[in-house]
This record gives sequence, C-alpha cells and structure tokens, in this order.
Amino acid sequence: MAAEGGQDGGSGYYIQHHLQNLQVCRVEGEWVWNDCAGNFWAMNVDSMFWSVLLGLIFVISFRSVAKKTSADKPSRWQAVVEMIVEFVDSSVKDTFHGTSRLIAPLGLTIFVWVFLMNLMDLIPVDWIPGLSYLLGIEYMKIVPTTDVNITFAMSISVFLLIIFYTIKNKGVTGFIGELTMHPIAPPTKGVGIIAAPLVIAFNFILESVALLAKPLSLSLRLFGNMFAGELIFILIALIGWFQLPLHFGWAVFHILVVTLQAFIFMMLTIVYLSLASEKH
Amino acid sequence: MDINIGTLGGQTIAMIVFVWFCMKYIWPPILNAIEERQEKIAEGLAAAESGQEKLVEAEAEAESIIAEAKRQASTILDQANARANEIVADGKNDGVKERERQLTAAKAEIEQETNRAREELRGQVSAIAIAGAQKILEREIDDASHQDILGKLAKQL
Repeated sequence: MAAEGGQDGGSGYYIQHHLQNLQVCRVEGEWVWNDCAGNFWAMNVDSMFWSVLLGLIFVISFRSVAKKTSADKPSRWQAVVEMIVEFVDSSVKDTFHGTSRLIAPLGLTIFVWVFLMNLMDLIPVDWIPGLSYLLGIEYMKIVPTTDVNITFAMSISVFLLIIFYTIKNKGVTGFIGELTMHPIAPPTKGVGIIAAPLVIAFNFILESVALLAKPLSLSLRLFGNMFAGELIFILIALIGWFQLPLHFGWAVFHILVVTLQAFIFMMLTIVYLSLASEKH
Repeated sequence: MDINIGTLGGQTIAMIVFVWFCMKYIWPPILNAIEERQEKIAEGLAAAESGQEKLVEAEAEAESIIAEAKRQASTILDQANARANEIVADGKNDGVKERERQLTAAKAEIEQETNRAREELRGQVSAIAIAGAQKILEREIDDASHQDILGKLAKQL
C-alpha cells in the first residue's frame, strides 16, 4: 500500500506524495501542472475542486428542502436540515443581539461547508488518490481544510466582514478609535498630553496584533487540526495490516474533531462579528 | 503548503457565492417554515388550553343548570302535592256541604209532607167526628122535646 502512486516507494516519499496538492500555474505563457513550487499565482486544483463540490452538495441539498418546505408535514430530510438550521440560529441568537440578515446564513454556510470538507478526512487516505492515479492524475489531496489556502481564504473573508461591520456600526472614527484609544485611554489634558502619542502608538500596536490575530488563529486552528489528523491517517496507513484497528480508533476520534472544528469556526465567526457590531 | 493566490481567490469567490446563495435562497424559507410551525404549535396549544377552560366552564354551567332544574322540579312537585291535598280537602268539604244541604232539604220536605198528611188527617178526623155526631144526633133528637127550642127560634125570626 505504501508504494501506491510513487515510483520510489519510500515512506517519506509516500507521505510527501500525499501532502502534495495538484497544482496548476502559468509559466512563460503556458499552463504547467505540478511544477509550481513557490509560484504565487498557482492554484491548488484538487482543493478547489473538492471545496466547490462539497459547497455545491451543501447548497443543493439544503435548497431542495428550502424549495418545498412545509410547516405541517416535514419530510425526514427537512427535519434534519431544520435541526441544523435551528442549531445555528440559536447559536447566533445567543451571541449576536442585533439584527443581521447575513450573520446567520454565513454561520450556517461555514458550519456545514467546513463540516463536509473536514468529513473528507474520514475517507481512507488511499482510495481517491489511488483512483485518480489510475486515471492519470498524479496528485490528489481530497481534504480542502488541510490546505492552508482554503482556511485562509475563509478567515480573510470573515476578517473583511469584521472590518466592514465595525465601520458600518461604529463609523471610520469608531474603528480608528477602537484601534488607538484602547486599552489605555490617552491623557487629554495637563502635562500628560505629551505622552498621548506614545500611548496611542502603544494601543495601536496592541490592538492591531489582536485584530490580525483573529483571522490568523481562526484559519490556523482549523488547518492545524485537520492537517495533523490527516498526517496521522497517512502514518497509520503506512503500517500495513495493523492499520485497521488503529485507523478505526483514530477515525472515531476524528469524528469529534471534524464536528468540533466546524462548530468552532462558525462560533468564532459569529462572536467576532457580534463584537464588531456591538456598541460600547 | 505554499500560499498561492489562485486557491485563495478561488475559495474566497466560492465562499461569497455560497454564502450569498444561502442568504438568499436557503435560510429565509427554512427559517420561515420553522417559525410558522412554532406559531402553529403555540396556537394549537393555546386553543387546546382555551378548549379545556371552556369545557370546565361548560361542565360547571351544566351542573348549575341541572341543579336549577332539580330545584324547580322539586318545587313543582311540592306545589302539585299541595294542590292535590287542597283539591282533596275541597272535595271533602263540598261533599259534606252537599250532604248537609240535601239532608236539610229532605228533612224539610219530610216535615212538610208530615204536616200536610196531619192536616188532611185532621180534616178527615173532624169529618168522621161530625158524621159520628150526626148519627148520634139523629137518634137522640125528639121532635117534641125540641119543639120548644125550635119554636123559640122561630119566634125570634
């Protein structure tokens, strides 16, 4: 099993191979596959493919319920969907007290989408890459959340929304004030006023780090958890027949991680956005 | 593990599209259905509660109506009994009165009849007495001895 997809056959190569994205980039006017190391303009085709596919699965399956909702006689699938929707809705209502048409659907999308992407981790690590190798595709990483680009893209979107909501609810001055007037209020009168720029600079550094830490921690937490999980699956897959009980045990544990990470991503998004909308 | 703009941008666009779609076409209808059902359940519960209350009210009302009817029935029964007693008493009175009246009438008639018979009898007795007297007188009378009387009478004429 270890030799699958590689000419070399070493376990180091096996692991490397499993962690390599299928990439495409443009070099000197031509499309190049899998030779894009360090190319900033490349694209991880496998991550994008699975991410969009799972997003479509979410959108289509939930839309099928939304199209024919019935208040009187819900179908089983509708009951499942409503359970998820109510769960997200109550999480949002517990945290966010304003009115926003965006935050709850955003939370739902993040939760289900991230959950589905994480769930790909439970598919045995060689199945789909092996299949795609037979079809002539050399690399295939099927868990989009083990790709730092995917998690970063999501957290940066959330970050932009945080800034948008802060400016929308507190104005540009409020946003700047939040970055410079906390946590130490600069002195406004007397001799101390000389120290005010110093205090403001201090506040600004502190608050900027805090602000930038939000998307960074959001994406790296998800990425780290899923990447580590995936790596352990790969390591377990290396050990031959004894992998079966180990794989089962880790998969059972991973079900928890998959759900928890999706929930944490959603919950933190809601918390950040409600903090951004809150008036002091 | 490299950061590359293709994946970042692609995922961001995908996310915007999916969130927009969810916000527009998934979230509102599902939440509407949930809220509609919650409303219906609340209405149903309220209706059941008010129905229960009405039932209790109706039962109380029925009980009071039955009690009233019972009371009326017993009043009517009492009245009827009293009336019956009254009628019986009246009847007795009337009977007694009638009997007395008829008794009195009969007594009066009897007395009348008795008196009439007595009068008749008296008349007949006096006639018999006169007839007897006539017979006796006829034998006793002697024209000679009575001539003087007759003569005196004739003189006086």
